[in-house]
Amino acid sequence: MESAFLLPDPDDDDAADFWRGTARGELLVQTCAACGQRRIPPRPMCPACRSLQHRWDKLSGCGTIWSFVIAHPPLLPAYQALAPYNVITVALDEDPKLRLVGNLIARPDGAINEIDPATIRIGEPVRVVFQQVEDVYLPRWIVGRGQ
Amino acid sequence: MTSTIKDRTAIVGIGQTAFGKGLDASELSLACQAISLALDDAGLAPSEVDGLAMFSMESGREVEVARNVGLGDITYFGEIGYGGGAGCGAVGHAAMAVATGQCNVAVAWRARKRSAKGSRPWANVNARLGGSNQWTRPFGLLRPVDEVAMLARRYMHEFGCTRDHLANVALAFRKHANRNPNATMHEKPMTRADYMKARWISEPLCLFDNCLETDGALAVVLVSAARAKDLKQRPVYLHAFAQSIPRQHQVMTNYFTDDPLLGPSWACARLLWQHSDFAPRDVRVAQLYDAFSPLIPLSLEGYGFCGRGEGAAFTNDGALEWPNGRLPTNTAGGGMSEAYVHGFNLVLEGVRQMRGTSTSQVDGAESCLVTSGEGVPTSALLLRR
Ligand SMILES: [Zn+2]
Repeated sequence: MESAFLLPDPDDDDAADFWRGTARGELLVQTCAACGQRRIPPRPMCPACRSLQHRWDKLSGCGTIWSFVIAHPPLLPAYQALAPYNVITVALDEDPKLRLVGNLIARPDGAINEIDPATIRIGEPVRVVFQQVEDVYLPRWIVGRGQ
Repeated sequence: MTSTIKDRTAIVGIGQTAFGKGLDASELSLACQAISLALDDAGLAPSEVDGLAMFSMESGREVEVARNVGLGDITYFGEIGYGGGAGCGAVGHAAMAVATGQCNVAVAWRARKRSAKGSRPWANVNARLGGSNQWTRPFGLLRPVDEVAMLARRYMHEFGCTRDHLANVALAFRKHANRNPNATMHEKPMTRADYMKARWISEPLCLFDNCLETDGALAVVLVSAARAKDLKQRPVYLHAFAQSIPRQHQVMTNYFTDDPLLGPSWACARLLWQHSDFAPRDVRVAQLYDAFSPLIPLSLEGYGFCGRGEGAAFTNDGALEWPNGRLPTNTAGGGMSEAYVHGFNLVLEGVRQMRGTSTSQVDGAESCLVTSGEGVPTSALLLRR
């Protein structure tokens, strides 16, 4: 099926459990079952100890903005329709060296172009929400820590 | 550690097609034209060529190149991956092959047609994403400029780099292109005001922080240092060569490492200088990979021309500009103002500087650093007279 948005394959070899987690409203991080090192993005082998065994730990879903861009055209049509929009990288509270790319939104069902770019700040605390796009739930982020 | 290839090979021929947009010729045809010109420049017959090194992204394959140009029996061929990181790598592999006797006359090249189907890395919109793209593309981080802008914003935040610093980079290379009749931007001057009012592409990066889109091809011919002495051009010796995939690196979206602003140039530089008789302070001209302006301060730091976090300030006071800068850089205009042929034009400008034939010739420069893509598995060369 051709999608207007570029979406992950929810059955990806390494990431299927992550995408199953987002569908349940959980932010999971792949963790080595032998030495406990967490890793993003997920992969088959632990680079610290070469174990092939891993588990998925649930994170708080809280982090801070590490960096961001505001994308302008030319872009693929589905994204161009939303431009200019933000893309942020979030450093996760459990370990600031664990980062995820996402978008800053104003409300759980908000769009990625609703935040005034001039208000986005590196270091701002954010919390995760999950938005369904077709059959995938994408992590996006809202400023602040409370519900 | 002693390098076994130091000064043992030389670039003895260079060739390039015209640069343009939407050229009629195929990538294969462009490659053959550039190689043919480089062989003529060297005064060598195609039948003497027995080594080939190219980018893995090249659409004209070795077999076709050999059949078209009329090359001899090929006894070495190799490919380097990761796009813009491959230019110096291809030349370095050709040099290693010559230095170790796997071949005698080696050619390295890059031909590119931006208009070619699928040539844009973000062109494939049909498939569901696997691998590293699934962590960035769904959120609208689509183009290389978006990927670099994310690092650039962080770099600006951590180290006080400003748009004025990025303008220093763009303006220096434009000035050099204005002196180079072969450059796309030869007759197109640019002011700081032009830069500041340019449209955004991916904030904090604007149109003039981006390289050009160029069709064209370039090639170099290498032989042993002994053979080079008998040929018609002044030999340009390949003094040092290095490549690097730094630990835990992720191509273009290196946001997941402990320190994402320590890019591939750092590991590449370590080996390059270890193998070199020159230190950064000895180098008076450089060709630094410039697909995007923020790569320049990052590379200046990585290759040791200044300390960590000092790359932006290094660009002040015309430091990158010919003739009076501390380090005239991209003296033909680079990817941002001469042509963007995946950085291979930087190799040829390095050769011209060592021959003494650049349109922005740096007097008395004994060596020239040439680098390939920062942000991808990369490579670098130190050329010398
Ligand atoms: Zn482990």
